[in-house]
Amino acid sequence: MTALLRQFRDLFVSLKLTVVLLGLSIILVFWATLAQTDLGVYGVQQKFFHSLFIMEKIPRTDFPFPIFPGGYFIGALLFLNLIIAQVSRLRLSWKKFGIWITHLGLILLLIGELLSGLLQQDNDMVLDNGQTKNYAESQRQNELVITDVTDPKQDDVTAIPVALVADLTTVQVPQIPFQIVPKLFYPNAQIASRAQAPNAPAAPATQGVGTQAVLMPLAPTVKDNERNEPAASIELIGSEGSLGTWLVSADPAMPVQKFDYKGKTWKIAMRATRRYLPFSLTLVKFSHDVYAGTDIPKNFSSLVRLHEGTSQTNREVLIYMNNPLRTHGLTFYQSGFANQDRTAILQVVRNPSWQLPYVACLLMTLGLIFQFSLHLVGFFNRRKPATAHA
Amino acid sequence: MKKFIPFLALVIAILVIAVALTPVKNKTAFDLVGFGELPVLSNGRIKPLDTVARSSLLQLQGKQAVKLADGIRLTPEAWLLDVFFRPDKADTYPIFAVHNPELLSLVHKGSENESSQYLAFKDFIPYLQSIEDQAKLASPIEEKSRTAFQRSVTQVAENLMLYERLEHTIETPGTTDFLGELLQFQKDIPAGVQAVRLKQEGKPHDEVLAQKVIQEGKSFMDLSQATSIMVIPSGDPVAHPSAWSTMGQSLLQSFEQGGVDSSALAYAGLGYAWQKQSADQFNQLIPLYRDELNAGYSQAVKKTKVETRFNAAEPFYISMCLYVAAFIIAVISWLKWPESLGRTAFIFVLAAWLLSTAGICTRMWLEGRPPVTNLYSSALFVGWGAVGLCLILEAVFKNAIGSVAAGLVGFSTLLIAHHLALTGDTLEMMRAVLDSNFWLATHVVIVTTGYASTFLAGFLAIIYIVRGLFTQSLDKVTAESLTRMVYGIVCFATLFSLVGTILGGVWADQSWGRFWGWDPKENGALIIVLWNALILHARWGGLVKQRGIMCFAIFGNIVTAWSWFGTNMLGIGLHSYGFTEAAFWSLALFVISQLVLIGLGNIPLKYWRSFKASA
Repeated sequence: MTALLRQFRDLFVSLKLTVVLLGLSIILVFWATLAQTDLGVYGVQQKFFHSLFIMEKIPRTDFPFPIFPGGYFIGALLFLNLIIAQVSRLRLSWKKFGIWITHLGLILLLIGELLSGLLQQDNDMVLDNGQTKNYAESQRQNELVITDVTDPKQDDVTAIPVALVADLTTVQVPQIPFQIVPKLFYPNAQIASRAQAPNAPAAPATQGVGTQAVLMPLAPTVKDNERNEPAASIELIGSEGSLGTWLVSADPAMPVQKFDYKGKTWKIAMRATRRYLPFSLTLVKFSHDVYAGTDIPKNFSSLVRLHEGTSQTNREVLIYMNNPLRTHGLTFYQSGFANQDRTAILQVVRNPSWQLPYVACLLMTLGLIFQFSLHLVGFFNRRKPATAHA
Repeated sequence: MKKFIPFLALVIAILVIAVALTPVKNKTAFDLVGFGELPVLSNGRIKPLDTVARSSLLQLQGKQAVKLADGIRLTPEAWLLDVFFRPDKADTYPIFAVHNPELLSLVHKGSENESSQYLAFKDFIPYLQSIEDQAKLASPIEEKSRTAFQRSVTQVAENLMLYERLEHTIETPGTTDFLGELLQFQKDIPAGVQAVRLKQEGKPHDEVLAQKVIQEGKSFMDLSQATSIMVIPSGDPVAHPSAWSTMGQSLLQSFEQGGVDSSALAYAGLGYAWQKQSADQFNQLIPLYRDELNAGYSQAVKKTKVETRFNAAEPFYISMCLYVAAFIIAVISWLKWPESLGRTAFIFVLAAWLLSTAGICTRMWLEGRPPVTNLYSSALFVGWGAVGLCLILEAVFKNAIGSVAAGLVGFSTLLIAHHLALTGDTLEMMRAVLDSNFWLATHVVIVTTGYASTFLAGFLAIIYIVRGLFTQSLDKVTAESLTRMVYGIVCFATLFSLVGTILGGVWADQSWGRFWGWDPKENGALIIVLWNALILHARWGGLVKQRGIMCFAIFGNIVTAWSWFGTNMLGIGLHSYGFTEAAFWSLALFVISQLVLIGLGNIPLKYWRSFKASA
């Protein structure tokens, strides 16, 4: 082994490194907790945990600079430290058995957290009483959709990620006979009818409802219970020239906008990004009780009907607190309600690595109990002769 | 002589517990205890009027006894009776604590005693509108960004509302003969309802009677909206045990039922007797009404009786006193008579712990829940768990260190609990998301035990540093056994905080489909686990020795205090159930004190009195 390699190994074997890494992770977690008041949970996860380094812009420039190791960096080093130390330092013996098991559990836990950081998807499904949906909607992402609705039986949907609209990138795709040219983009905005705010400047639109609307840009929100509702002004350019400019917004109050072009009917809209499911859910009834004489919620529950197109599955499921619906690798849980108890908000989570923490938990618990019991027995055994002498 | 001290302590401890368990006697001719035991439904829970009175007083003035200007003391029940039935008198009792000088100057204009921070409702009467306006101005501002005046005015407006709602529990203030009115109403109902029906159909009717009944209906409607305390059981006791009504709602229902509910008449009768100050009538009515309730609501009556006894016994207050005594005696035992005083302290700790155990068990039985359901009960449980560990340590090591630590932790956690109780009734209903006895019993209990043991390690470390630095009593053997204790407790804390935290993740996965969400409270628990793991690895790697471990363990106090209270102060996340604004400065002060102790721990050994002596 070369000197360099040995140095490398010694560094990674050392408990000093473990202690330093544990210290760094404490600072990271603490800092991230404080930062949640400004960034929200999602922002913090991206910046602090699902990153190699925490980046801050150098003041008065746009140049990002790493200021602290991020979750992936510390996690990876801990992982290496754990494995190398385990293999090269700890002997495989009954005395160390508990530590082996605990560390194995920890390795699984770290892997599980990495996987869920990479693979976990959170979406919402907002259902009114009686409504059926076969898709969930992203909590944060939005899309611009141009739909060919000529055929009443079938819609042809083209979805454009909002990031392209935000960059004001011109989009031209074969399914659509016109170019899509974003003119203006607001990350969060509210739409109101011109009649409500007669003195506000007109919205940037020459076609559709935008001509009767006003647009009020808002500061983007990071709160976990609020959504950003982006708006944009989109010019459509056909082969003979401009068709006009439409105002689109992800505000749910925005009416449907349709227009005809070259013998086909089109719909243009901005909406929360949809993830289609291989089944659909109907909200049969949402219920919500409070304790007598108070506003304290006693329970929420949504009775839903689950339909699967091909097979004959068609069953009713009650989703309530601490009792989600798990199906097709997705978990539907009751996350809220609106609209005077007529609308249920279900959160839809896909987390393929959800079993790992269970195994990890069991291993670490058993390992620690074994190891500490060993310490305890040793302590009392050593004490006995000592007191006998005294 | 010194042989008898532990025996004496045992007698005292038994006496204290026996006194706590004896039923309370009425101090006046009125059966106030019996009145206090009457069940009502308030904040979602059937509780005795005694609890309503005590928790209201705690919220209004921070203490349970009412002290009047002429030195007379009122029990909570007597106060509540005056609020219900003699509001003119009750309005003059100084029970509103106001500490904000700006607000005080607003209310004190023209008042006779300008220095007092306790005001009566009548002092506020000219300013009710302006207080309401000021509170309305402050209400859209987020709680953490409010100024001291805004916070204070919001609090006072809430307290005034609480008081006014209490006054409307039985009758509208200003009613002179409620019982007479109800009895007359009882007679009028059949004819009155008929008259109103005929009036609506446009047929000939008794207009005077119809108008009277309509007026009464309106006043009952107003009464029903003016309070939230439900005093009348009004459903089937088996099928709908929580179907209770307020007085106003019940009186409105009497139009349909054709008669006034007997509970309503019972309360009106009690009011009559109290207004007349006729103890005989009052004392006759109480058992009559209780027997009637016993027919369908025997379980509720049993529970409220126990709860009233529990309120009066104040087991946690007595424990607190015993912990102080144990602490002082145990410290003295290091200087003199270590064996007998050490045993005495142990007996006191044991008595205090048993009382706390009884108190916590009573709360569990009343609520039908595992021990930890809110911030208040977590304070009780942290103290209970830590003292339990101290008892084990003391039984093993017999050097009074366990008793000193028990006195410290037991007293401080109960003090914290006392301050947390000032927000009202501490037996709250569980919000839907937390409503799972299985997870409350596993995750919450285990993680709270983790908090308790991390604190205990920290307090043991404080004993090491204070004894070593300022006294000569920390000999080599004691220092070593303290180190062993801290190490053992840190191991225990690691196990419990880790298992508790992971179980929390499993609960989150079960109910929300995700294991870990980086929520502030989750992060707080994670930091405790990481910190305990850091201490253990630093020790195993030989990076820290005795004093290092002690300083690390004290830092564990900061970490735990942050996780316990600090994360709630951020006001974000799924766990922000107990925003404790006023606690911020206490937390800051605690953190500073711990940092000072760590600083002291780093003073070179030659300045330590214990080690200087041996060197």
